[in-house]
Amino acid sequence: MNLTVVLESALAVLVLGAAVWTIAARSAFAAAVGFVSYGLLLSLVWVQLAAVDVALTEAAIGSGLTGVLLLGAVATLRRTEAHTLRRPGRALRVTAAVCCALISAALAVVVLTLPESGPTLAPEAMAALPATGVGNPVTGVLMAFRGFDTLLEKVVLVLALVGVWSLAPDRCWDGRPGLEHRLPADGVLPFFARTLPPFGVLLGIHLMWTGADNPGGAFQGGTVLAAMWLLVMMAGVRDAPAIREQWVRLALVSGPVVFLAVGLAGMLTAGAFLAYPVAIAKPLILLIEVPMLLTIALALGLLVAGPPERAADAP
Amino acid sequence: MSTVTLFGLCAAALVGLGLYGALTHPQPLRKLIAFNLLGSGVFLLFGVIARRGAWQAVGGDPVPQALVITGIVVAFAATALAVALLLRLFKESGEASLDPPASDGASLGRRES
Repeated sequence: MNLTVVLESALAVLVLGAAVWTIAARSAFAAAVGFVSYGLLLSLVWVQLAAVDVALTEAAIGSGLTGVLLLGAVATLRRTEAHTLRRPGRALRVTAAVCCALISAALAVVVLTLPESGPTLAPEAMAALPATGVGNPVTGVLMAFRGFDTLLEKVVLVLALVGVWSLAPDRCWDGRPGLEHRLPADGVLPFFARTLPPFGVLLGIHLMWTGADNPGGAFQGGTVLAAMWLLVMMAGVRDAPAIREQWVRLALVSGPVVFLAVGLAGMLTAGAFLAYPVAIAKPLILLIEVPMLLTIALALGLLVAGPPERAADAP
Repeated sequence: MSTVTLFGLCAAALVGLGLYGALTHPQPLRKLIAFNLLGSGVFLLFGVIARRGAWQAVGGDPVPQALVITGIVVAFAATALAVALLLRLFKESGEASLDPPASDGASLGRRES
């Protein structure tokens, strides 16, 4: 038994422990905190599985942004927690536990009996990768081979944001999201909100740029940018923009629109929707990624900020 | 036990745990957290399946990895929408409960006031 096995077993135990804590914790706050630490531990598992791109995404979005979202909701709903809700009876809980254990057992059997090598598209993806001019196979799949998924995903982000916005009360429609954050200007949070963003913005853009050849990409970079923006908003350094602002709406749709335009142009120049002419594949991918970075950063930030709660012209 | 098998079993347990939480927690927010746990378990299972065989040398099959990244982002978008719905429900009714209001006189009374 070597050291790697010991460390990996410890990691698995920690992940499962954090997951049990998240489910069993008494208060919703403890569960949300448990979920954040669970997400960070899970990203270590992804690193162990040599999926560094996924690990970055899990840490940034699955743990970080989801954590901010959940903690915000916990703070708002704290008063309702004391209200006794109808808990399912003991019989029902035992039945649910048995059924869930059976599902886990069935999945475990599947894992243990998996054939050594299954059907895979990896050889095709690796063989065609040089044609895209991109060195990171995951970015190649996201931006070229499965570009359709990525395009639709951008649309999903914008649609989810439209869904969140449409929950605004009538009088606040097209106003500013969330509550105004007023903090003493010499506090710790405003200090961070003034010093951290320059580095964060640089890191976000670097992650997008380096994603072509190394782990990273527009998702991870966009999330870092969104986190910096949220920090600035939460510290009260800059207020959230009113959602009726033209620049907000234009920037939000710029990612999918440019992607779609390049995709349609591909029908003329390369013979298929979302196909890129090989000679300029890399510049085209960059052309798509830059507005995509903007859309991701804006959409993620605004999704966390929530629906408008103040009229646009309110102070 | 190999890395892949170990984390595969871990993912199987996560799916069961998440499902149990989503089924039995009465609070919608706790259901949402449990559902996210369930989702991450499914992603991990997918990642484990992508990590078998000859392609381990190049860091695994990139296609499932890309799909999992897309999945994580979409799961976040869905969670954000669910949280917004929940907070609106709370604002309208003063409650964050999925129980039908007819069976709960207290929440009805609160809505009228």
